Amino acid sequence: MSKNILFWLIWLIGTVSVGGYLAAAMFYGGDRSNLLIGKTTSGHHQIELSCNTCHGNGFTDADTIQKACLSCHENELKVAKDSHPIKKFRDPRNAARLEQLNAQKCVTCHTEHKPELVSSMGMGVTLPKDFCFKCHADVGKDRPHTHKDLNFEGCASSGCHNYHDNRALYERFLEKHAKEPEMKLTQLINNLNYEKLSEEYGGLKRSDPLKPTEANAPKEHINQKLLDTWHQDAHAQNGVNCSACHQPNKDKQAWIKKPGIAVCASCHKEENKSFLAGKHGMRLAPDMLQSKADPFNLPFKIFKENKLSPMRPKLARLPMKQSAHGTELTCNTCHSVGKENHKFNVQKAKVQACLSCHDDEHSKAYLTSPHHELWQKEIKGELPKGSGVTCATCHMPRIAVEDEYENEVFIITHNQNDNLKPNEKMIRSVCSACHGLRFSIDSLADPNLIKKNFHGRSTFKIESIDWVLKRSSKPEETK
Amino acid sequence: MISPSPKTTKNTTAVLKTLKEIYMFNFKTSLKKSTLSITVGSLIFGMSMSAPATAKTFEPQQVTDMLHLVLESDRTIYTKKVVKRLANKHKVIKATESFEDDKSLPLPAQMFRFGAEAVADKTDKFSYSLLSLWPINKQNKPTTELEKKGLEYINVNKGKNYYGEETLGGKKYFTAVYPDVAVATPCVGCHNNHKDTPKKDFKMGDVMGGVVIRIPLQ
Repeated sequence: MSKNILFWLIWLIGTVSVGGYLAAAMFYGGDRSNLLIGKTTSGHHQIELSCNTCHGNGFTDADTIQKACLSCHENELKVAKDSHPIKKFRDPRNAARLEQLNAQKCVTCHTEHKPELVSSMGMGVTLPKDFCFKCHADVGKDRPHTHKDLNFEGCASSGCHNYHDNRALYERFLEKHAKEPEMKLTQLINNLNYEKLSEEYGGLKRSDPLKPTEANAPKEHINQKLLDTWHQDAHAQNGVNCSACHQPNKDKQAWIKKPGIAVCASCHKEENKSFLAGKHGMRLAPDMLQSKADPFNLPFKIFKENKLSPMRPKLARLPMKQSAHGTELTCNTCHSVGKENHKFNVQKAKVQACLSCHDDEHSKAYLTSPHHELWQKEIKGELPKGSGVTCATCHMPRIAVEDEYENEVFIITHNQNDNLKPNEKMIRSVCSACHGLRFSIDSLADPNLIKKNFHGRSTFKIESIDWVLKRSSKPEETK
Repeated sequence: MISPSPKTTKNTTAVLKTLKEIYMFNFKTSLKKSTLSITVGSLIFGMSMSAPATAKTFEPQQVTDMLHLVLESDRTIYTKKVVKRLANKHKVIKATESFEDDKSLPLPAQMFRFGAEAVADKTDKFSYSLLSLWPINKQNKPTTELEKKGLEYINVNKGKNYYGEETLGGKKYFTAVYPDVAVATPCVGCHNNHKDTPKKDFKMGDVMGGVVIRIPLQ
């Protein structure tokens, strides 16, 4: 064999092997980190190795990617009363506009794997700055007293507009709430009677409380401490017996020692849905696979279906406590009190659980914030229920969502990103319970105040409300 | 093309055209099927000679005219029997733009747009919108040449519609523009007093804008 042939043979085998390895990683599994073509955004980095979630089966078209975006984000856009829904652009009269800016595709503005395009506007996604110009170039002419000569880079970054969610920013809303004081007379966070609402809207049916003697777990799984803590807790108090979670399907199932998320989700449906949509649970959402089973008819499988592991603080991009790096996030991480204790603690999940992992400036500053002070007073009974503001009050608020029949359902959202960015989304669901609109908008605009967890006052003044008042007292002459 | 089955039709040319289309389509689609399609085609052709025809193809203008009748009627009824009656006459509820927060009625123009958007979500076989030369929402002013021409035409030629063809995004459309007339006092009242209106002297019976209906021709 001449040297030349040997060289070509080695080259061929090498190329086929490397190519095969890369193709297998792309379509089925293996080490995919080398295939990432750029750093993913903070919204998607946790699931970046589940390539198929967005890209389908390899090289898919734009429609597949669009469907992938909507499969996770469509509902939140609906709840946000999206100001620019896709259907608005379906009319062919928009053809010329769509050529300029294809508003029917999410990726037109929010592209992935291009970290250099992530905006400096405090958003996690990429976002062009002056895109409003494409359709609203005449706004200076139409609103000469307020919008003339304005820079289009400021539409969304100045605290005035948001392309999708304008529920707390639209003109009539600003006008209606313009005169509110900084602090409202009654300062109580959404203190709805959750139990009542839950039943009213077809939620859980509650049964009579159970006595310790009624616990139906086999003896080997019970001890006095477990029994006592179970009996005092919400589940027993609402008639949920041991087997409901540990052996939900008595005929077909053995006793489950540690029931997983699926069991919790069988009753707490909406909470689970929102958990899987947020940063704590998104890795556990359906079809998040780091490798999928191969279709080859071999006696053994080269690739097996492998789901992503639960989120661990070590994987986070925000600063997390070293001691918590290995903790896996499931329902029990925040709600369970500890070993041999069957209490499900909703109080722990409001602050303590958060601070056991989160180690950034905003989180750490909470303990010296005015909101924390109110919470302490509520715990001591010095202030009525609903006066305190915890981490969960703002980041996992009680909100109204629509079920499949468009009925309003109240849930405690477990998607802490739902109202986070842009942070004006927090105004309606949280801030407005206690604070006036102007105070809220100004406070949320000040990044330093947010770092200090609202200890102090905003150094920002957003002019939107003043402009609205100016327009309502002296309408602009439009041409 | 829309092909319902009316009881009879006098338009034999149209029927022949349709049959020709069926025949040609089948022939082009598959050689195997061509013999069958010729047989079926001849059969239907023979039947159409001996019995009343059962298929008719409407012209785009007939379709837009019919669509407009429905749109205009629903719009008038919502304006008169819901908004005018409840908001202006009995004053039991208001009609406002931010109707969700205000717990009020959607404005007639919003009602119309919601319908148009819902249709656009279901089909691209036709689309419609409500535009004006004097829109409160500036996104509702004419954007295409034909829209501008059409709106100006229906404003000058009272009671007449405007029909034409235009190419948008590389696709050819039949476009019809129908006058949208002030049929109830709230139409005139709201538009004349709105802070963003470019025209404050609308009177009852005036053409305030136009309904634009499009059907793709390809």
